[in-house]
Amino acid sequence: MKLSKATRYLQVAPLAILLFAFVVVPLSLVVVVSFYTYLHLIGIVPDFTLVNYIDVLSNLVNWKLYLSTLKFTFFTLAITLALGFWIAYFLVFHVRNILVAIGLFLVCTVPFWTSNIIRMISWKPLLGKYGLINQGLMSAGVVDEPVEWLLFSDFAVIVSYVHLYTLFMIVPIFNSMARIDKSLIEAAVNGGATRWGVVWHVILPLCKSGIALGSVFVVTLVMGDFFVVTVMSGGLSGSVTFGIFNDLKFLNYPRASANAVVLVIIVLIFAAGIMRLVDVRKELTR
Amino acid sequence: MKDKKREVNGLSRRKVLKGAAATAGAVAGSGGLGGFPTIWAQNIKDITLNHTGMSYSTLIDISRQASADLGFTVEMSVVDHAGLTNRMVQDPESIDVADSEIWQTKLFVPQGVTQAVDVSRISLWDKITPLYTQGMFAGKEVSRQGDSPYEIMYRESKDATSFAGGPTGWATFMPGVYNADTLGIRPDLVGRPIEKWGDLFSSEFAGKAAIQNIPTIGIMDAIMAAESAGEITYADKGNPTREEIDATINKLIELKNDGHWRALWNTFDESVNLMASGEVVIQSMWSPAVTAVRSQGIPCAYQPLTEGYRGWGNGIALMSHLDGLKLDAAYEYLNWYISGWVGGFIAKQGYYISVPETARSHLSDNEWGFFYGGEAATADIVSPTGQKTNSAGEMRDGGSYEERFANVAVWNNLMDEAAYLFPKWNEFNAA
Repeated sequence: MKLSKATRYLQVAPLAILLFAFVVVPLSLVVVVSFYTYLHLIGIVPDFTLVNYIDVLSNLVNWKLYLSTLKFTFFTLAITLALGFWIAYFLVFHVRNILVAIGLFLVCTVPFWTSNIIRMISWKPLLGKYGLINQGLMSAGVVDEPVEWLLFSDFAVIVSYVHLYTLFMIVPIFNSMARIDKSLIEAAVNGGATRWGVVWHVILPLCKSGIALGSVFVVTLVMGDFFVVTVMSGGLSGSVTFGIFNDLKFLNYPRASANAVVLVIIVLIFAAGIMRLVDVRKELTR
Repeated sequence: MKDKKREVNGLSRRKVLKGAAATAGAVAGSGGLGGFPTIWAQNIKDITLNHTGMSYSTLIDISRQASADLGFTVEMSVVDHAGLTNRMVQDPESIDVADSEIWQTKLFVPQGVTQAVDVSRISLWDKITPLYTQGMFAGKEVSRQGDSPYEIMYRESKDATSFAGGPTGWATFMPGVYNADTLGIRPDLVGRPIEKWGDLFSSEFAGKAAIQNIPTIGIMDAIMAAESAGEITYADKGNPTREEIDATINKLIELKNDGHWRALWNTFDESVNLMASGEVVIQSMWSPAVTAVRSQGIPCAYQPLTEGYRGWGNGIALMSHLDGLKLDAAYEYLNWYISGWVGGFIAKQGYYISVPETARSHLSDNEWGFFYGGEAATADIVSPTGQKTNSAGEMRDGGSYEERFANVAVWNNLMDEAAYLFPKWNEFNAA
């Protein structure tokens, strides 16, 4: 069937309009403002200057923040990937009843019935100096003094990220695993493949698209976050977005915008890299 | 001795009684609270006055009471410090009266977005604390370190964009609420008396201390502590040089790397939670946060320290676009603001009002003695929300109003090197 040109344009119009209004326009504004000058604690003055970019790129603090963000991204990605893969694997290949599998899958989404903030804050009474874990450890006699690195630390930040974002890994991996033809696995087993061999040579390559999509979700979420890192580290760890937020606190929109543009470029490079490794479009139409 | 001090401050018992009697007379005479409203116009009820300021003083209860007393609507918009100056300058028409901190006037007055307050239209102007109007308190000159209220108090004319050297008929803003801040501690957990700002840096409290992550104020707490601990000396704590800022931030970073800071707090609630949960035993704190911890039944003290307090103050500025009936309404609101109800309400948050004697008629004798007099409570003290904060017999930390403000060492400020400070503070955050 051949669609007329007008029909095709009409079909893409809703998404195109949405993307234009909510992505292209705001992002263009950010780019424009990133070239403005900043008036101390007053805000923006239209101009064309590269000072903001020079500030962002020449500042050692910024580099540290990027490094810290990359560290969080790496750990979160590694842990959520491992968890996400095996949870999806369990649901798809070990739970024989499809209804039970779907039921268990829905159970994974239960925490999402409440807000992100509550899910994160609820770690505090657990991890705190006088929290449940420390109380447990102390009464069991494992430690004499409360363990302090549980809360307000990088550990607490990563725990929260993993808790918040693992589902974003489970869903796409579950989706691509569920579409694997079971006869392929039978064939592999008949051909003499071990259980690990099946996972490594059959299942893993076939859920590459799910892994890629999940990774894009997790990477963008972690790199764009400032709230989790601020609250769970007690303000002691930084992230790029927190640097941007700090600039906004002093109304330095131009430098914040310049930093945001740099961050967007880096996230896009990551996403492009992942997409290059896995041709998601081809995999999805498989 | 005590009486003499009071006499000098213009707050003798007799004078206060006289003030109370006058207020009572006005109430009786007008049949309304404090004699408001005083302007009667057909269309006054259509007026809506927008009061914009920071969360600690821009309270919905105040707008409700004002709207009820004045016959026109007062609405509150809450912003943060940077948000207020930004809106005043970028979108001045969106605000009618701005509840600004002293140091913020240095940003918006040169921009010409406010009109000076005609002192002759503020009926209680002579009763306003000399802390603002004369730079004196209890007969002594108030500390000029940092941005003291008197230095920014006056302008030469209504539209002047700079400050006048001394008193004129035109005020930058009408003095509002103010307080003297210090460190908050958990007396049950610190294990020894806390007497100096330097105790904030003491290694005994490693992993149990916190500092506020608001650079303009956080740096002041750090400076007070660093000087007290003998780490750094400052020529003017209210206006440090780049070298002094570098040294202070380096000290903060050093402490951070040693695990001294349990957390850096950004919001009021965070400071309450840190203290209430016992994660932190000594930290920067605001007075209502101490009240909030105490109202949970947890001991918390707003500890007076030998070096003195970090003072701050607010005032209400009139935006330039106000004229005609709306300007009349704004003046009416300013006069109402210092007529007593607000003073009584915010006293229970631990703040003071620029005309203390009017607040007295809105406080019980017990509350007045407790909050202003530094006397032991004769009955339980309850917060504005109804929770008990102090039991009978307890005294307010830091003593009387006079003792507190005679001991302000430095004022919240916009230092000359503020633009240098902010990126330095980011380094502390990122370290």
